[in-house]
Amino acid sequence: MMEQLEMYLNFPPVQYALIVGVLIALCSSLLGVTLVLKRFSFIGDGLSHVAFGAMAIAGVLHLTDDMLFVLPATVLAAVLLLRTGQNTKIKGDAAIAMISVGALAVGYLLLSLFSASANLSGDVCTTLFGSTSILTLTKGEVWLCIVLSVAVVLIFILFYNRIFAVTFDEDFARASGTKAEAYNLLIAIVIAVIIVLAMNLVGSLLISALIIFPAMSAMRLFKSFRGVTLCSAVLSVSCALLGILISILGNTPVGSTIVVADIGAFLVFCLISGIKGGIAK
Amino acid sequence: MMAQLTCSGLKLGYEGHTVLDGLDFSVDAGNYLCIVGENGSGKSTLMKTILGLHKPMGGKITWGEGLRENEIGYLPQQTVVQRDFPATVQEIVLSGCQGRLGRRLFYSKADKALARQNMERMGLIPLSRRCYRELSGGQQQRVLLARALCATRKILLMDEPVSGLDPKVTAEMYDLIRRLNREGITIIMISHDIAAAVRYASHILHVGDEIFFGTAEEYRRSSLADRFLLPEGGEAV
Repeated sequence: MMEQLEMYLNFPPVQYALIVGVLIALCSSLLGVTLVLKRFSFIGDGLSHVAFGAMAIAGVLHLTDDMLFVLPATVLAAVLLLRTGQNTKIKGDAAIAMISVGALAVGYLLLSLFSASANLSGDVCTTLFGSTSILTLTKGEVWLCIVLSVAVVLIFILFYNRIFAVTFDEDFARASGTKAEAYNLLIAIVIAVIIVLAMNLVGSLLISALIIFPAMSAMRLFKSFRGVTLCSAVLSVSCALLGILISILGNTPVGSTIVVADIGAFLVFCLISGIKGGIAK
Repeated sequence: MMAQLTCSGLKLGYEGHTVLDGLDFSVDAGNYLCIVGENGSGKSTLMKTILGLHKPMGGKITWGEGLRENEIGYLPQQTVVQRDFPATVQEIVLSGCQGRLGRRLFYSKADKALARQNMERMGLIPLSRRCYRELSGGQQQRVLLARALCATRKILLMDEPVSGLDPKVTAEMYDLIRRLNREGITIIMISHDIAAAVRYASHILHVGDEIFFGTAEEYRRSSLADRFLLPEGGEAV
């Protein structure tokens, strides 16, 4: 089996997949804690559906580089969703549900009306669940992914203290002169970038899992914000690596294999925290 | 001496709906002002307006004596999010220094020293590496108080700092606040507990249908106090 693995690892597509997978897993885990605690998880979910719709439109328009359309469209949706989520007059949840389900429906409709592809359900399945698209990445896509990931990680490190402050207590942050709205916007935009990136890896339906599971696992065991963030990053990267390798060897779909690895890690962390709690009592 | 905070003709509300109108009061350095009034009378809205989180519908808020807006220490009511937030005491107290960051991205040695000093002041050093969500209600309030102290040397604004605490911890909290006030920090506090407000505060602002502003002594003699202080309130006086 090791020989087989070694042979695969010499293939450029597999190398690309590993690089991209690790970077995406790293990015998506960083903001997971913030997303879960700020109750922004719904934005992640809504955005992934919007990204699917945008992907469909890009496909219909026969854009050569669909990222150029999908990325701005998703960022725009992130800004809009954040606005509606904060508006108390319109029910935020309902507005987000409308946008996300609407995007799904329109996306599928457009694909089935205009797609030239002979294998429509295969295409849709790929966009929704990731399937094999990670193994067909071009060099350009890999570079785009690297650049965006580095930007996400840099933004997170540079604004770490502010992100913590805004996540823990928005009112206090605003009273101290921190521009909370600006940082909320920054967080929403970064989430949009992560979601577009992660579509390549796990597909649009499974993105939320990539963002939420590592954070929830880490929160079971760690007591400091920094500890939780570091642990969820390490966990997410490990699960992504494990998932990609298993899927190559076992010929399973990449996205769902990674998510299953994340679920497994979550269960293990639950068990450990349960045992620790039992001893403490 | 110029007042530290002056509110004149303040009109508060949101979405066109007026909650409070014609509010005039001022706070001098070292005062201990309690804001009392029934639920929904606009106490929290007033505090958020003073903090600059809300825009007043009319009137003016003036800060005196070189007090900048980000030099206010704020002790908000706890939110649901905070109750199970994975962060250590140290991380939370340090975040009180965010107003001092200016254009800097990271906390300096001086910021960290200030955080440590305020943890010491609140008796939190033994808890500094503990997780916030594992602490008792009183300990959590002390953490938020230490954080507020990192933001200010002059004025603390508190939104019901003793709500949800048991009587013993409540008394400790009031003592702690009085100690800070005696060290020269101005206190502005929203309170449900009128008896305690009259006992500890130097000034009372009563909001609602009738507005009262004056010293605690004047408030005790006013007709409002007769209605709002319990008949057996004698023991509180």
